[in-house]
Amino acid sequence: MSEAKWMSVAQVREQIRNNSAEEVTARYLETIGKSKLNGYVTVSEKAVEQAKEIDSKGHDGPLAGVPIAIKDNISVTGLPNTCSSKILEGYVPPFNAHVIEKLQAAGAVILGKTNMDEFAMGSSTETSCYGPSLNPWDPERVPGGSSGGSAAVVAGGEAPFALGSDTGGSVRCPAAFCGIVGLKPTYGSVSRYGVVAYANSLEQVGPLANNVSDIAVLMDVIGGYDRRDSTSIDRKIAYQEALKDDIKGLKIGVPKEFFGEGIDPAVEKAVWDSIHRCEDLGASWEEVSMPNIPYALASYYIIAMSEASSNLARFDGTRYGYRDKGENWHSMISKTRAEGFGVEAKRRIFLGTYALSAGYHDKYYLKALKVRTLVKQDFDRALSKADVLMAPTMPNPAFKIGEKIEDPLTLYLSDVNTCPINLAGVPSLSVPCGFTDGLPIGLQVIGKPFDEATVLRAAYAFEQNTDHHTRRPPEVA
Amino acid sequence: MITKEDVEHIGWLARIEISEQETVEYMEKLNSVLDYFGQLDELPTEDVAPTYHVAEIFNVFREDVVEESLPQEDVLANTEHKQDGAFKSPKIV
Amino acid sequence: MVYENPDGVKIGLEIHVQLNKLNTKMFCGCSSKYHDSAPNTHTCPICLGLPGALPVLNKKTVEAAIKVGLALEGEIAEETQFHRKNYFYPDLPKGFQVTQYDYPIVSKGKVVIEGEDGEHTVGIWRAHMEEDPGKLVHIGSIEKSKGVLIDYNRSGMPLIETVTAPDMRTPKEGRRFLDKFRNILEYLDVFDGNLEGAMRVDANVSVYGGTRVEVKNISSHKGVEKALLYEIMRQKNVIRRGGKITQETRHFDEARGVTIGMRTKEEAEDYRYFREPDLMPMKVSDWIPRIKETFPELPDAKRSRFIEQYGITDMHAKSLTSKIMLADFYEGVCKEGTDPKQAATWTADVLLGEFNYRDLVISSYDGSTIGCINDKDHSITNSVRVADMVKLISLFADGKISDRAAVEVVRSILDGEEEKTPLQIIEEKGLFKAEDDLVTKAVSEAIAENEAAVQDYLGGAEKSLNFLVGQVMKKTKGTADAKTAREMLVKELKG
Ligand SMILES: [Mg+2]
Ligand SMILES: [Zn+2]
Repeated sequence: MSEAKWMSVAQVREQIRNNSAEEVTARYLETIGKSKLNGYVTVSEKAVEQAKEIDSKGHDGPLAGVPIAIKDNISVTGLPNTCSSKILEGYVPPFNAHVIEKLQAAGAVILGKTNMDEFAMGSSTETSCYGPSLNPWDPERVPGGSSGGSAAVVAGGEAPFALGSDTGGSVRCPAAFCGIVGLKPTYGSVSRYGVVAYANSLEQVGPLANNVSDIAVLMDVIGGYDRRDSTSIDRKIAYQEALKDDIKGLKIGVPKEFFGEGIDPAVEKAVWDSIHRCEDLGASWEEVSMPNIPYALASYYIIAMSEASSNLARFDGTRYGYRDKGENWHSMISKTRAEGFGVEAKRRIFLGTYALSAGYHDKYYLKALKVRTLVKQDFDRALSKADVLMAPTMPNPAFKIGEKIEDPLTLYLSDVNTCPINLAGVPSLSVPCGFTDGLPIGLQVIGKPFDEATVLRAAYAFEQNTDHHTRRPPEVA
Repeated sequence: MITKEDVEHIGWLARIEISEQETVEYMEKLNSVLDYFGQLDELPTEDVAPTYHVAEIFNVFREDVVEESLPQEDVLANTEHKQDGAFKSPKIV
Repeated sequence: MVYENPDGVKIGLEIHVQLNKLNTKMFCGCSSKYHDSAPNTHTCPICLGLPGALPVLNKKTVEAAIKVGLALEGEIAEETQFHRKNYFYPDLPKGFQVTQYDYPIVSKGKVVIEGEDGEHTVGIWRAHMEEDPGKLVHIGSIEKSKGVLIDYNRSGMPLIETVTAPDMRTPKEGRRFLDKFRNILEYLDVFDGNLEGAMRVDANVSVYGGTRVEVKNISSHKGVEKALLYEIMRQKNVIRRGGKITQETRHFDEARGVTIGMRTKEEAEDYRYFREPDLMPMKVSDWIPRIKETFPELPDAKRSRFIEQYGITDMHAKSLTSKIMLADFYEGVCKEGTDPKQAATWTADVLLGEFNYRDLVISSYDGSTIGCINDKDHSITNSVRVADMVKLISLFADGKISDRAAVEVVRSILDGEEEKTPLQIIEEKGLFKAEDDLVTKAVSEAIAENEAAVQDYLGGAEKSLNFLVGQVMKKTKGTADAKTAREMLVKELKG
């Protein structure tokens, strides 16, 4: 059997047909076993068994026997779900997330759970209690975050594709840093049931894969209405049908605010080259102005932290997870939470608690919600003139481990181009568009709500006519 | 500006114990972030309605139909602090 | 007559009512029938607040809230939504309670009660929906607790919290308000007040020269009068001695009948309310016409109708409508042709009196039988059939039994080991009026013992009647008048 690494889903399926699901899964597990990327926090003991069952009983699902990696904030019955936090030490959910049910029904084999920033709070996986995952392109650099483990294992050939979650860029950022494709779907198009909440009104589960087609394959499986998520929207989207190598007449908006100060010139150049490449393919582009984008980051963080401060209140050691000792319940939980949460999670809980507290609610939280309105209006306006917007996913390529972690604000600033999308709830995809010093650069393709089809078509056409996505990271020694 | 007392109060509200030394550290880091958040004051928003949610959905309900509950064993599986089918915690005060 | 309220007592109530008639909890499909179950057997990821679980609102919760709002003559909000109330307590599995804040579903209602000086209106500020926390059991006493056991079976039960204006002026008015409120809720069929923890009350109380004190944890609607009496007395005495009432929260100790100051918190609460992002807002005011179409007759309307339709006294009408199951039972008795006035006397005065004497509270009515449970020991149940009541009243009305005997029959029905009909009881106890007693008994026996003759007679064989008359004469050793015996037999057999 040939090298298991870096296969598309179609190739994996062919391998399964020619050999067996068991063999394919075993090969991935072997690669995982040798890996130094720290991408997985749990490798499933049941993966081979699952694959064997697919082999013996047969399965006609679209992902029959295809392995997948799952971010550690998405509940899988029987597998630990820690959100890379000490406070969830030993917690094993007794239920599946909606997307996991969908994957299992499609025949997918779950390889394991991937590393992440603690409770998805970060852009580098450095806030994980398991330590950072490594970027396959340069192990001294971060893979991005918070779905850094998912991106690292896909880029490192340890899974054909993976699920992440994107609250302010957590799928797109690591996709860009690791040279793969990642999609943040429209808010409401993928169920959040079973996904541990960081900021409920902002986040969506999103796929990470080696190419645009595999993103569409995965979306056709995980997307769609779920009655258990009150924010789920019943809207049919045919993802794979959208994959057409034709963007003639496509109108691209280029928001200049996404090329703000601090952007790496190589990133700026790669993105403009990509836009021009699209022009060559028959698309047209126009600069658009989104004047409130510079305020999006502050608005995003205030809202995310406020929601998070409440979401993370349930972790108190009473029913599951880590528990410290205390002479009474209040002191027990105060110690548990002090010890169980990492520095960044605590910082965000503090800031969110403050932003919602008496006397500050209007100044911070309410203000942020109003700014959210302005940001959303910017997107409405820009997308009324263009079919998609194109911009850099990240202003810089992957940074060094330890480089930004000490200063929270610097770290927050790296989300400047991704978090506005979550405020507006629109879909956005990051696709490889170039390299600088051997590090990948991501192009962000942003669409209208529920118009993933156009986003996928633009990205697919771009990908078919470029070769960035074919480059593989050097063997990680 | 957030004061030491503010930090202590938030720590109590959030039930996160912090030491003297941490309080000072927190104060500095939180202030630098809050300072940044303060840039929103530049934007006039008197006439702007807040956006709580981009999804403009109303009236999401379920029918009043019983579904299966979890077995007690599964409910208590994630803790060793239990007694007679109940979760057990230290006294409240 | 005007009530002067010499001490300037102002009482406002906050009442939490469990919508325990719904099949399932507020945000999940767990059954609401957990009251007799082992701990944590009616729970799921949602009501346990497990990470990742999401709530979806039970539609019936909203319907019930609208019903309550309409019954309270309140305004139903055009648009309404949920908030999170953030605080930490072991019974709260998510670290916040889903409740309503600045957009409650009901506002500005009222309830008219029988006040100290006639009809008295109690304003309703608001009523909103929220979820119930779990239940805590302290190992040992609260003060010397060794730990807490937590059962989340109750977690996520739908509640309606109703907040009144401080319009009540005496503990009695407080209790009357609660009685009326509870009665209305039972008429609406959203609430069974007999289940444990179904109604929990907090009271805000102030007197002249003082400030508002909150009394928490009044777990029964009966306890409220006791708690208020104590708290008003306490406040008046503090002021009389020249002391000051401080704004505080006190805890009602039901066993001792006193309110106890709770240790003041180190820091003020700050609930950091914000809109629950996992639930969507609601626009439900267009449900109102549909709900009104099937709206039940409420206590006041039923009371007026009873007076008009049945010609009974206001006292009787009030008593009969004090509980919807009793009102339905009464109408069941009337429907069988019983004189409504007689039926009212025997139901409202005798039957209800006997219930009260035995601490029985009415808990069910299924169209033919009214059921009761003992208020103190919920395990004892009792029931009375409409048919038996009808028969009893007719025996009394026909002069067959004295009123004393009839009361005796009611008591036997309630206290007897086995289920018996009034006739059986009357016979066993020899309760027939003296003269007719023997003959009537002989007639019953003759019928009971000679089924073949009875069938023959009913089949048209007149002769068989002679045989039965002969039997009656034999049993009464000839003391019966043969003509009377014949008449009685005919009446008994052919009605
Ligand atoms: Mg309440
Ligand atoms: Zn439940």
